[in-house]
Amino acid sequence: MSATMKPKISFVTTPRATLAPRPPSAQPAERGAPAVDVRRFSFAYGERRVLRNLEFSIERKAVTAIIGPSGCGKSTFLRSINRLNDLIAATTHEGDILVEGRSVYAQGTDLVALRQRVGMVFQRPNPFPKSVFDNVAYGPGLNRLVPKRDLPDLVERCLRQAALWDEVKDRLEEPATGLSGGQQQRLCIARALGNQPELLLMDEPCSALDPIATQRVEELLFELKREYTIVIVTHNMQQAARVSDFTGFFDRGELVEFDDTERIFTSPAHERTEAYITGRFG
Amino acid sequence: MTTTLASESVTQPPAPEPPSLELASYGDRVFRWILTLGAVSIPVLLGFLVYELWVGARLAIAKFGLEFVTTSTWDPVAEQFGAFPLIFGTLVSSVVALVIAVPLSLGVAIYLTEFAPKSVRQPVAFLISLLAAIPSVVYGLWGIFVLIPILRTGAFPFLRDAFGFLPLFQGPIYGPSMLSAGIILAIMVMPYIMSVSREVLLAVPDTQREAALALGATRWEAVITAVLPYARSGVIGAVILGLGRALGETMAVTMLIGNRHEIAASLFAPGYTMAAAIANEFSEAVGDMHLSALAYVAFLLFVVTVLVNAAARLLIWRVARGSGVGSKAL
Repeated sequence: MSATMKPKISFVTTPRATLAPRPPSAQPAERGAPAVDVRRFSFAYGERRVLRNLEFSIERKAVTAIIGPSGCGKSTFLRSINRLNDLIAATTHEGDILVEGRSVYAQGTDLVALRQRVGMVFQRPNPFPKSVFDNVAYGPGLNRLVPKRDLPDLVERCLRQAALWDEVKDRLEEPATGLSGGQQQRLCIARALGNQPELLLMDEPCSALDPIATQRVEELLFELKREYTIVIVTHNMQQAARVSDFTGFFDRGELVEFDDTERIFTSPAHERTEAYITGRFG
Repeated sequence: MTTTLASESVTQPPAPEPPSLELASYGDRVFRWILTLGAVSIPVLLGFLVYELWVGARLAIAKFGLEFVTTSTWDPVAEQFGAFPLIFGTLVSSVVALVIAVPLSLGVAIYLTEFAPKSVRQPVAFLISLLAAIPSVVYGLWGIFVLIPILRTGAFPFLRDAFGFLPLFQGPIYGPSMLSAGIILAIMVMPYIMSVSREVLLAVPDTQREAALALGATRWEAVITAVLPYARSGVIGAVILGLGRALGETMAVTMLIGNRHEIAASLFAPGYTMAAAIANEFSEAVGDMHLSALAYVAFLLFVVTVLVNAAARLLIWRVARGSGVGSKAL
């Protein structure tokens, strides 16, 4: 089984001990290199330029929020990191994004390996119409990360990390579509964790959830950032202020300002940022 | 809307008379009765049909009873009738058709929805749907003059050489046979299975594909592990639609199947189907018993079709739980 691993071309350079716990905190040497390094990145759908010359970096094991008015390119940016935008025909890009030091847009990048290392949670919960267990086991099963006999342990750990275990431990074989919306979204988070990613992208993960379910997901972020680097796109500024350590403000495809969340929300350097966070536009 | 105007209380135009509710409800009532009549007429028609078949078949039912289903003699002169070869032929030719048509049409549907360039999708789907518009007698003629010569000289000998160890591919090769009929049926039901499964696959939300891809699936893995399972009940529905067409198809089958009241293990041997027997023999049937036997066959064809569809629906119902597309539509 494990002998028939998929060929992984450039993205995986060192085999990871998949079941070993992560180091408790970033080493000083690691601190130097950011988790995500965006280098003069531009992106266009056909003629329409959506992202212009982005240049910033994202801290490891922290929550970085991307805020901005509708259509400012926040989701496009997020989907550029795991190249989900490749599905759309006639897109062009310039510059590059580095995830953990490795180029996302270099020739010969193995998308499968990239997406295994960069998990994503979508706007609406989109569990597969499979059992709860099979949803979480989907990624590790597909990518053959662990031997089959270890899957139950991995699934349990991911569900615990997503704070869902106690609610579903007796219904692992039931269809995931029977869970509530909030549970489904936490299941999608657990499913993304199943791949043991380095980076977790969240595209407005609470926009379809009620306030209580939203609160649970936000609490979860505090737990998750101890082990994962998280980038969250949100249109909810209170949410960005509550959950994030760093905030980037996008407007019309440009990064207007990027700073500590506290500074962005108390003394923004840029007038457009202030106008947006005080609700004068957007 | 006009809360601010109300306080000014000047020259408010008088509210227009509300349309007469009486009249509207009268029209509604008539409309409703017409629709109800239309809806009721379908089951009534169906009941009448079954009754007529029953009446026509009474003579044969009284004489042969249920043995009609299990015996194989078909002798109009001696007035001995048994429909087992016909039922066998109907089921086998349909199964052969599905075995060929389902993988092909699913493959085409998957290609057209997931992989084909945008400019190819619509034209190809249209062309395949066009296959459904060709009259079945044309398929029959094409089968006799084009398909059978090819099969007899090329495909059948090859199959016999390669798979001759299976009873399915043994014995003499005539041309008209169960396999020829199955192949022509496959071509005829393909457009139905393809169109419906294409619609079903199109209805799978992109978020499902994205979820799979974002977890490190390749395009192909996303189709196999996420898109198809999501669409499975709809795809089964498409197959059942095809099966329904195959069971009842008459003209092309009777031109290609060889029309012999026999049961053979080999697919190279000729056979017969219920629909083909009725079409062939009805005009030549002289005795009352012969006519009645044919009506009995028609009645059985009806029963078989209903049973197969019911079983298939049960299957959908059982796999549809937790599945996304098509479970409600079917």
